[in-house]
Amino acid sequence: MKASPQEIASGLDVERIRPDFPILRQQAHGHPLVYLDNAATSQKPKAVIDAIVRYYERDNANIHRGVHYLSQQATEEFEAARKAVQLFLHAARPSEIIFLRGATEAINLVAQTYGRVHIGTGDEVLITAMEHHSNIVPWQMLCQEKGAKLQVAPINDYGELILEEFERLLTSRTKIVAVGHVSNALGTINPIAKIIKMAHAKNIPVLVDGAQAVPHVAVNVQELDCDFYVFSSHKLYGPTGVGILYGKQALLEAMPPYQGGGDMISSVTFEKTTYNKVPHKFEAGTPDMSGAVGLRAAIEYLNKLGMENIAAHEHELLAYATEKVSAISGVRIIGTAKEKAGVLSFVIEGVHPHDIGTILDQEGIAIRTGHHCAQPVMERFGIDATARASFALYNTKEEIDALVRGIKKVEEVFA
Amino acid sequence: MADLRDLYQEVILEHSKAPRNYRELKTADHKAEGFNPLCGDRFTVFLEMDGDSIRDIGFQGSGCAISKASASMMTQSLKGKTRSEAKELFERFHETVTGRASEKQNDLGKLAVFSGVSEFPTRVKCATLAWHTLTAALDGTQEAISTE
Repeated sequence: MKASPQEIASGLDVERIRPDFPILRQQAHGHPLVYLDNAATSQKPKAVIDAIVRYYERDNANIHRGVHYLSQQATEEFEAARKAVQLFLHAARPSEIIFLRGATEAINLVAQTYGRVHIGTGDEVLITAMEHHSNIVPWQMLCQEKGAKLQVAPINDYGELILEEFERLLTSRTKIVAVGHVSNALGTINPIAKIIKMAHAKNIPVLVDGAQAVPHVAVNVQELDCDFYVFSSHKLYGPTGVGILYGKQALLEAMPPYQGGGDMISSVTFEKTTYNKVPHKFEAGTPDMSGAVGLRAAIEYLNKLGMENIAAHEHELLAYATEKVSAISGVRIIGTAKEKAGVLSFVIEGVHPHDIGTILDQEGIAIRTGHHCAQPVMERFGIDATARASFALYNTKEEIDALVRGIKKVEEVFA
Repeated sequence: MADLRDLYQEVILEHSKAPRNYRELKTADHKAEGFNPLCGDRFTVFLEMDGDSIRDIGFQGSGCAISKASASMMTQSLKGKTRSEAKELFERFHETVTGRASEKQNDLGKLAVFSGVSEFPTRVKCATLAWHTLTAALDGTQEAISTE
């Protein structure tokens, strides 16, 4: 297939990029694999896979412990990964970057440390109606424990946060705001700079769940002035098992540790333990070192392509897919916000999304069907589930054409 | 290669569009709710027993074509059956949709249209949701049952 003029204009030559992703070269059910489930997890470029192999073949040892050569190699690799994440998020210091298991663990960490110290009876945590379960349940658990209240800012019929309502819910009782940067079910990009300004005007800190945002838009945590920002490596073309918590240094220093164990201490006696300084205070136990190295390789790969180029390409794909899919009669797009990234959720009149998923799968097309871990969003739109196509830098317009043919096939089967 | 037409047989599509016994049973003395959290399918099965036999059966809820058609055809096949006959039928149905049925067990009657499900392992839960819910209703299980 030939890159369209637009793809060249966006600065991303997808035809040349695709061979970087070995998994895309296969067939599924006798058709070329069309992978449109990127919001669930992204595929990995060879550079990431090679970096992990190289780490195990050349550098592996436990970090921050040994005096020996390999331990120093491994420590340097791990800390270089931290530096890469710092620069990727434009954080002020590497010590503001904590390595965890995923975005979910990062949110739980903030709820269980910052949250347990600062949120008490009668206080409120403010989230939005479009959050993923991972940005609902940790706060619900905290509120239950503390006798606090979970407040939910509503969204409109397009799937956009109603900012006036959000602002009205910011009160003297609100102790933290937790908001998704991009909605995984709807694709809505939230105006987080505005949200953070509104909250800070009332001295309320803000956690941003960036799991669905970092693969699509450049993030500058200092410019945003957010207090916490979390994301997962595996949605950013990196390996699974690694997630990042960014937190402002002063906040992290004041927070109690999350888990106890090795590496998070300075000294231990049976009477008293002195905790290590940040970031190590929050990194108990041996971390996923090869995963961190893989994440660094993913970031370097993205930097080489340029986040602006990636964003432009995906924007084009989404616009093209929206136009083509919404033109099919009987199809309704769920989530039609003005600002969107990466996600096209839809339903077909008279066909359950699960059946859509099975029929598309037989055509080699991978999409997600279900509630996308966002049941309240489904409830808001009065549906049980949606079919969701989600895009990555390696997807093409030809693949969207295949999706459109697949949807027409679904309608034929159910005609 | 699995063929879509094996899964979406005409009978199945027809039942999914016009499910039989799709009603709340006012006379029900047993009922249970079944839920598949993976896809959001949710059904309630109503039973009116006559001693050990099923006098009447109905269901309501929402789900994919496979789960709805399975619920519909299940209700058709169970009227007049005893508890143990119903459970034995489910066992044979389950063996068929998971591809474990031997030939002599294949006397499922109309329910045999679901044999195509065995080629689609991710859809077995859809085909069996109503049956699991039925079992819960027969056993008088109070809590909503879940496929997960």
